[in-house]
Amino acid sequence: MRNKIDFIVAGVGGQGTILASDILVEVGYKAGYDVKKSEVHGMSQRGGGVESQVRWGKKVYSPLIEKGKAEFVLGFEMLEAARWTEYLNPSSVVYVNKHKMFPPTVSTGQAVYPAESAIEEELKFRAQHFEWIDAIGLAQQLGNPALAGVIMLGRLSADLEIAPEIWLNVISDLVPARFVELNKKAFITGRELKG
Amino acid sequence: MKKLLSGNEAFAFGAYLAGVQLAAAYPGTPSTEVVKTCAAYDTIYAEWSPNEKVAMDVAIGAAYTGRRALCAMKHVGMNVAAESLFYSSYTGLKGGLVIINADDPGMHSSQNEQDNRNYAKFAKVPMLEPSDSEEAKNYVRIALEMSEQFDTPVMIRTTTRLSHSRTLVDMDESNRVIPTDEIPAYERNIPKYVMVPANARRRHPVVEERLQKLAALAETLDINKIEPGNDEIGIITSGVVYQYAREVFPTATILKLGMVWPLPKQMILDFAKRVKKLVVIEELDPFIEEYVKVLGLNCIGKDVYPIMGEFSPSLIREVSYKASLISEAPANVSAVNIELPMRPPMLCPGCGHRGLFHALKRLDVSVFGDIGCYTLGAAPPLAAMHTCGCMGAGFGVVHGVDKVGVKGRTAAVLGDSTFFHSGIHPMIDVLYNKGVSTLIITDNRITAMTGHQDNPGTGMTLLGEPAERIDIETVVRGLGAKRVEVVNPYEIDNVMNVLKECIDSDEPSVVIVRYPCVLNVKEKHPVPVVDKEACTNCGTCLKIGCPPLTKNEEYVAIDSILCNGCGLCAEVCPFNAIKKPEEQ
Ligand SMILES: Cc1ncc(C[n+]2csc(CCOP(=O)(O)OP(=O)(O)O)c2C)c(N)n1
Repeated sequence: MRNKIDFIVAGVGGQGTILASDILVEVGYKAGYDVKKSEVHGMSQRGGGVESQVRWGKKVYSPLIEKGKAEFVLGFEMLEAARWTEYLNPSSVVYVNKHKMFPPTVSTGQAVYPAESAIEEELKFRAQHFEWIDAIGLAQQLGNPALAGVIMLGRLSADLEIAPEIWLNVISDLVPARFVELNKKAFITGRELKG
Repeated sequence: MKKLLSGNEAFAFGAYLAGVQLAAAYPGTPSTEVVKTCAAYDTIYAEWSPNEKVAMDVAIGAAYTGRRALCAMKHVGMNVAAESLFYSSYTGLKGGLVIINADDPGMHSSQNEQDNRNYAKFAKVPMLEPSDSEEAKNYVRIALEMSEQFDTPVMIRTTTRLSHSRTLVDMDESNRVIPTDEIPAYERNIPKYVMVPANARRRHPVVEERLQKLAALAETLDINKIEPGNDEIGIITSGVVYQYAREVFPTATILKLGMVWPLPKQMILDFAKRVKKLVVIEELDPFIEEYVKVLGLNCIGKDVYPIMGEFSPSLIREVSYKASLISEAPANVSAVNIELPMRPPMLCPGCGHRGLFHALKRLDVSVFGDIGCYTLGAAPPLAAMHTCGCMGAGFGVVHGVDKVGVKGRTAAVLGDSTFFHSGIHPMIDVLYNKGVSTLIITDNRITAMTGHQDNPGTGMTLLGEPAERIDIETVVRGLGAKRVEVVNPYEIDNVMNVLKECIDSDEPSVVIVRYPCVLNVKEKHPVPVVDKEACTNCGTCLKIGCPPLTKNEEYVAIDSILCNGCGLCAEVCPFNAIKKPEEQ
């Protein structure tokens, strides 16, 4: 067991960030950690950003992570991932779904969506490891773009010393019954991405 | 067994364990899930009341009979319910009454960041403040017992961060209070419950005495506790901020207050004597700090810790380091070198409110507004709402504007839930006092903004039972409105004509813009197609601010995953370049 692991999960409303972070916090608990999770979802249904912070540790006080102290950032959308650079440090690991969702200012031509390469660079030079995940593409191959979040979790799980059964059991508990098999498949797909 | 519960779910679980039999609320972020979760326990009658004041009266009524009751609201809801808080402080109750009050430091989804600890002091009632979900559960029981012992309503303060964080809760039910199914008798007691001046004068000393007894209790209550550490620095704090302080000051001595009103005077005096440097860390107002200073003590408070905004461990570290209170510097974070466009909330793809605001904008109307999803009509590119103060304000404001006479077109807008909450009274004013205003009700048949709660216009209760819908048109006509129009917001030409006529007339009018919330009913039609030849890229369709529409180099594209096929873009295109599938 590590002393503490802090995760940031960032995306856009409707992308499944809340389910993913619910799974993540539950897995930490099942693995024997003290855990807390915080999320802001006030206006998420109206297309705003959604952020969840998940903390595992021997003893966790604050539900919020301190800047510069996140071990992992999971970006479900490129621009949303880029907002969390302040939470990174040279040993952080960042996984970003290679997927763009234009905010209204961009679609109406008032602002410019940052270039993929610029986002990659910003995240890369602050972290120890940066990796694009084609989560939407893989999810579509499995038949449902909503699986992208669990694919991201699968990739993350390969970096953590936790038995896959724990993950799969939590997924079975938290996902609606008729989607369980598909989500398990998505999880394995993500887990196998580790090169 | 332990389970992860949000603070709000934990309040509801605590209510269940403590034998609460009635829970009432009007929705409001971040408080909504408290009573919504209560509805899942079959020992609790739970309801959405039309507004917070009604919810509190309902809970008071249940408590008058001797049953345990709960009501919940967001911080601004307490402004609406304040009257009831104040009288129930005087009358007291028979059964326990707990009021869950959710403040929103940082204004994640509110119009202000008022600190409602002031209400506890103002109304002379006790207030508890838990710091995680386990305490949230336990404090409900403590509050109800205190309420019964001292014959007072008891407030519990939560904040967005506590309400919406998930932390571990012990799910043991062995000490659960099983609610009685005996039929309660209402015990008449006119001097206690009828607040005419003569009786109220006798009740006021009771209230003052009660407060003193509660202050004495605060000295020994085990939820006010000292966590001993290095006495160089002694921190007084409460709520979720305690968690941040504990993390940033791992070795400091901390006085953690579980009860934030009344405060434990002697405990604070002793604490101040014990530590070298006294520090008060609290979000929003200097509530504890002022008390400490009135005791003649010196402390660090709002000179270091901001009076505005939400706290976080990062912020506490940053300002504590600057003030030389800690030695560990904040992380050295370099600024991002790219510009990150914001992602503000906006009206959903296909939202019916969009058609209305598009029409109001084209008619160049000054729009006096209100709070709901439709407030997003104020956001660019529509920018077609021009005031928004609180729920129910718009109809009164437009009446004032119209009474003094103002150049140009005016109208007011509110939603169905807001109409039932506080829109009926200002409508009465306009109709009775010979107003001329056009009052628009966007009736999307749900309380959408806060996550789709039922309201008296939907025909369903919180417990999922069908109920007789209150028909807005009938209510409005019953109030005496002569001109009442009902329009479909997707029929833009008709909306424009009706609005123009109503607004330009010298008579008052009510326009009900009716279409069920497309997000709630998950409505989807075939996606319109852009004729790339015909599209001149003029940008007219982009002015309705619908998220799936994107400007490309030469034409406008429609994101077919986001689009719900409402067809409003096709309606507004001046070149007939966007076609609904059935038109092709
Ligand atoms: C006094 C008060 N209570 C609750 C809220 C939270 N709140 C904001 S808008 C809203 C409901 C709006 O519903 P409706 O009027 O039907 O409009 P819609 O969102 O459906 O368009 C609520 C409950 C508030 N801002 N103020």
